[in-house]
Amino acid sequence: MAVVFERPKSLLDVPTHYCPGCTHGIVHRIICEVIDEMGIEGDTVGVVPVGCSVMAYDYFGCDVIEAPHGRAPAVATGVKRANPEKTVFTYQGDGDLAAIGTCETVHSAARGENIVVVFINNTIYGMTGGQMAPTTIPGQITQTTPYGRDVKIAGYPVRMCEMLSTLDGVALAQRVSVDSVPHIRDAKKAIRKAFENEKEKRGFSIIEVLSTCPTNWGLTPLEAIKRLQDEMIPYYPLGVYKDITGEETK
Amino acid sequence: MLKKIERNLMKGNEALAEAAIRADCKCFFGYPITPQTELAAYMAKRMPRVNGVFLQAESEIAAINMVLGAASTGVRAMTSSSSPGISLKSEGISYLAASDVPALIVNVQRGGPGLGGIQPSQADYWQATRAMGHGDFHILVFAPASVQEMVDMVSKAFDTAEKYRMPAMLLADGLLGQMMEPVSLPELSKSKCDKSGWAADGHKFKRPHHIINSLYLQPDDLEKLVVERFKRYETVKANETDAELYLTEDCDILLCAYGASARVAKTAVNMARKTGIKAGLFRPKTLYPFPVNELNEAAKTAKCLLDVEMSMGQMIDDVKLAINCSKPVYFYGRTGGAIPVPADVLEKIKTLGGEL
Repeated sequence: MAVVFERPKSLLDVPTHYCPGCTHGIVHRIICEVIDEMGIEGDTVGVVPVGCSVMAYDYFGCDVIEAPHGRAPAVATGVKRANPEKTVFTYQGDGDLAAIGTCETVHSAARGENIVVVFINNTIYGMTGGQMAPTTIPGQITQTTPYGRDVKIAGYPVRMCEMLSTLDGVALAQRVSVDSVPHIRDAKKAIRKAFENEKEKRGFSIIEVLSTCPTNWGLTPLEAIKRLQDEMIPYYPLGVYKDITGEETK
Repeated sequence: MLKKIERNLMKGNEALAEAAIRADCKCFFGYPITPQTELAAYMAKRMPRVNGVFLQAESEIAAINMVLGAASTGVRAMTSSSSPGISLKSEGISYLAASDVPALIVNVQRGGPGLGGIQPSQADYWQATRAMGHGDFHILVFAPASVQEMVDMVSKAFDTAEKYRMPAMLLADGLLGQMMEPVSLPELSKSKCDKSGWAADGHKFKRPHHIINSLYLQPDDLEKLVVERFKRYETVKANETDAELYLTEDCDILLCAYGASARVAKTAVNMARKTGIKAGLFRPKTLYPFPVNELNEAAKTAKCLLDVEMSMGQMIDDVKLAINCSKPVYFYGRTGGAIPVPADVLEKIKTLGGEL
């Protein structure tokens, strides 16, 4: 019997702890498909964050280091500088990357660290139960913005791809989404390109993935996808913010 | 190949850096802070010449996490800083300890708390030996008292850290870091430790994947791990203590001091001997593990102990614990960057001498 669809080999065959409707699984799968296609699992070191994806070390088949909250780009810098021939990627959520880890993110980008950063933006802290993230949209209700995010009090969200695209060390800054099949295909192309950039030593690549968090948004998985499409994509436009290769990814 | 250098006049910070290169340290990640900056500057000059990595990080926090990344792949890596910067590194040190990753941290202490001052101090003893971050753990702490010891303790610290899979600290101070003394530098020595059982350096499809991690959500799992680590600390305590005993065989007053203050205390002991007071010196070279047996040996004939520190008195806790408070322990210290002078320590010895 012909196999038409199977689990990527570098994605371990274990149950995950993610909630129903969460899009982490899709992004994990995309990364592992790319690792398999490029045949690099044996020479790849992943760095995972603190947050919902902290336990991704149990799911990725490559060697994995769990970093302190926000420090994944610094940990990845240490791995890469000590082992320039290895492939090194980080997988981080919005609280990890854009709040507590902003300094590490910006400076590893500015240095042009030759690493891949996969950034999951779901506009909320998931693991701790749904608090305001640096990416929480104005008006969005969370546990710590119970009346909706009031920009007069809590300030404005951070658009990371736009901000990082101004830095010379950045090779690729692209925002993608996993709300639909065409968008998932685009996301895979972008992540593949980021890993190829690393292989070609082009510098820092960040792929921001707009994702859902049905549990902490208080929505069903389908409603969550609709919110991503109706509220997040208009606020966080998809697209390539910087690409030093000048190639079209689509 | 780096050959042995018999005699060289070097600053403590620079000698330590050269010794680290000769201990096969491949990566240095640092951030400027007085009075350790020469160490990073020396590394910036030397590392590119020996195919090593020097990187100035954006913060102390980033630097220790770069160490965590490099050391997790089995490479010898280090960082250095001074007191306020070490506080920032405490998060990363806790993670290193919790992930059983060996690495070297150098603290060239200055006055504190807060921004404190930039003059020599020993006010981070508690931090280094008691609370180098959150959670149940210890790190190895070595206390050099000369530029030569700043050299000799580097490879010892790396070797011991790797043997027990725990972070090690060289606890120096601004005096030792900034002063120049003649030193001999060893030839290059490489790690003899096999890290293939845990290093996360790519599995090459030849082994299961390695995870460097410190998260254990089940209390039983975490407890088991911490208990295992504390059993390892018992072995460390049994095997890795080191101390210098000076004129202790017949002493009436035993001075206890480490690092720079031990140099002052030794001079005071010699001065006291000339006046007929039988003083001796116990100088721990390892602060964790604390040389308990060595101190009890040194204190055999002593009627009282005098602890001398460049702090308000921190090591004195370990001195009292080691002798189980069986003898009076007095204290003389200066803090805030002030360095005790031998004459003042001698005065204190004389006062105690009158009470004997």
